[in-house]
Amino acid sequence: MIALQSVSKHFQHRGKPVAALANVTLEIAKGDFVAIIGPSGSGKSTFLHLLGGMLSPTEGKVRIGSDSLYDLTSDERSALRKKKIGFVFQTFNLVPYLTALENVQVPLVLAGVAEDEQKRRAEALLGRVGLSDRLDHKPCELSVGQQQRVALARMLANDPALILADEPTGNLDPETAEGVMDFLGELNREGRTIVMVTHDLRLAGRAKRALRLVNGTIQPDGHARPGPAEVPAVAENRALSTN
Amino acid sequence: MRIQTLVWREIFERKNQLATSFLAILLGVSVIVAMKNITFYSEKAVAYQLDALGANILILPKSASLQDYYGADMQNEEFPEEYVTRLTTSDLQGLDNLSPKFSVPVEAAGRRFILTGILPKNEFQAKAAWQGVGIFSRPEGCGVAVDVPGMAVPAKETLVRKRVIQTLGTNEVMLGADMAAALKLAEGSTVPLLGRTFTVTAILPQTGTVDDARAFTHLHTVQQLAGKGAVLNAIEIVGCCNQISKGLVQKINQLLPDAKVATITQIVDTQIKTNRMMGRLSMLFLTIIVLVGGASIANYMFANVFERRREIGTLMALGAGSPVVLRMFLLKALWLGLAGGVGGYVLGTAMAAILGPRVAGVPVFPMLTPLFWAVGVAVVVCVAATYLPARRAARLDPSAALQEI
Repeated sequence: MIALQSVSKHFQHRGKPVAALANVTLEIAKGDFVAIIGPSGSGKSTFLHLLGGMLSPTEGKVRIGSDSLYDLTSDERSALRKKKIGFVFQTFNLVPYLTALENVQVPLVLAGVAEDEQKRRAEALLGRVGLSDRLDHKPCELSVGQQQRVALARMLANDPALILADEPTGNLDPETAEGVMDFLGELNREGRTIVMVTHDLRLAGRAKRALRLVNGTIQPDGHARPGPAEVPAVAENRALSTN
Repeated sequence: MRIQTLVWREIFERKNQLATSFLAILLGVSVIVAMKNITFYSEKAVAYQLDALGANILILPKSASLQDYYGADMQNEEFPEEYVTRLTTSDLQGLDNLSPKFSVPVEAAGRRFILTGILPKNEFQAKAAWQGVGIFSRPEGCGVAVDVPGMAVPAKETLVRKRVIQTLGTNEVMLGADMAAALKLAEGSTVPLLGRTFTVTAILPQTGTVDDARAFTHLHTVQQLAGKGAVLNAIEIVGCCNQISKGLVQKINQLLPDAKVATITQIVDTQIKTNRMMGRLSMLFLTIIVLVGGASIANYMFANVFERRREIGTLMALGAGSPVVLRMFLLKALWLGLAGGVGGYVLGTAMAAILGPRVAGVPVFPMLTPLFWAVGVAVVVCVAATYLPARRAARLDPSAALQEI
């Protein structure tokens, strides 16, 4: 379970404090699929980085399982990310000079997995996202949809229990975006916890529940949603109308 | 895949950006290697020439004059043979080819010549007290042990000029070229000198010095025939050039305060000046490579870190800790240094081989030692210049790096 206890995050902007998060308390159960919605610049990515142990809060505690994230050292948080957390980025963030296969191998290299095993797992993951025939292609040789699929395969390399997705479909066409959402739904059904930030209300409806980020506070809609596969395309309108 | 693979791929992906820094290291190292190489062979060549001149240090009686270097031993003043023992039993470094001499005038066929007594090498070996102090052992870089490729090995006959005679019987004599010609003597002939008959064992080649009118025989024979006991007129020494520059003459003066110590200062001074100049130039280029090469690399690495912020942030998000990021940049610096060092060594060695004969007038051949030196300098400069940028990369805020782009 993920728990935020009275978490605040303040930035200094031209000498003036700006509250990105204000006294947020939130629990996300294991296996949940949570969409965080809000306009651009509302601090959604900040929230996600905070959950991922990359941005320490000004106040409060963030717990992942039994670990109080920011009571750990920076390197201990890196080790935790390596084992338990997978990131998906809007701009994919593939390493441009590595092939698709090598990009997927990166988390395995960092985890110290043997080279043969790295290759075997990376090939299997790329096969799972339908890119078995693009193993030796560099990102610039792939379409944006294929790049995001490589990024999804990379995110799964260390079999994370928690997936943090930052606008995962923001750069994709609607059809490819649907495919990515289907894939996230599949991962969620496997028991992985997913926290996705998006400004796309329609996609937020594919999550089990949607939370709105307003003025640094998280406002839950209060409604648990059915599983992603059962959510109709118009569900987000109903969900968001309650906020 | 390994971290190393990431480093390699990145280097080859952005090789054009790396080219300027690589060139700075490559050229700096190659110039240093070329200078070291040329200096080494230049020193060897000068040492060889100095050795060919014979002894370069003379120990004479205190009152002796030194108008004629080669005839300096032919004076009436004497000093005890015990000075040889003092020298051989001292801890002085750089004494090579110690040659005690005692000369007396002789007449043969109505003409005046000089009979000079010298000690053969086996005399030194026979005296336990004289062994183990380096006499005749020729430390590296000194005397005829200097092996300069392309230069001829001295003929055996010339060894008397170098004062290294293996054996010399009590009734054997070696004649200078002029003396042999004047007396019409050949090897195997006999010649009466100071009432004793000597067998001519060798006719020495023409030297153009007073040695051509000399006869050389065993020191103790001359001492006995002159009836003056164990005394000497001179001790000739082939001193190691490096040791002379480090004050060997002064040390001998301290050891033998009642003797005069002279040296062929012009030649030694030239050598010292050349060595100093080359040493200063090497230091100058070392400073340049450290400053220019180091600054170029540091500048490139800072730019590289800035350019790769998103990549570093992504790697951190995927679980790379600070040590991994630091290692990635330092590995890159290590490879840059290795490549610059090896490349600089190859280029510098080639430059030395081509320019050596033109600049220093000596043949220059590849040496292995500068390789280690070149790689060491290049790696240290690269890693040191990269450390701050690498540390900045390792301390990058991944959240900021991922959001700002």
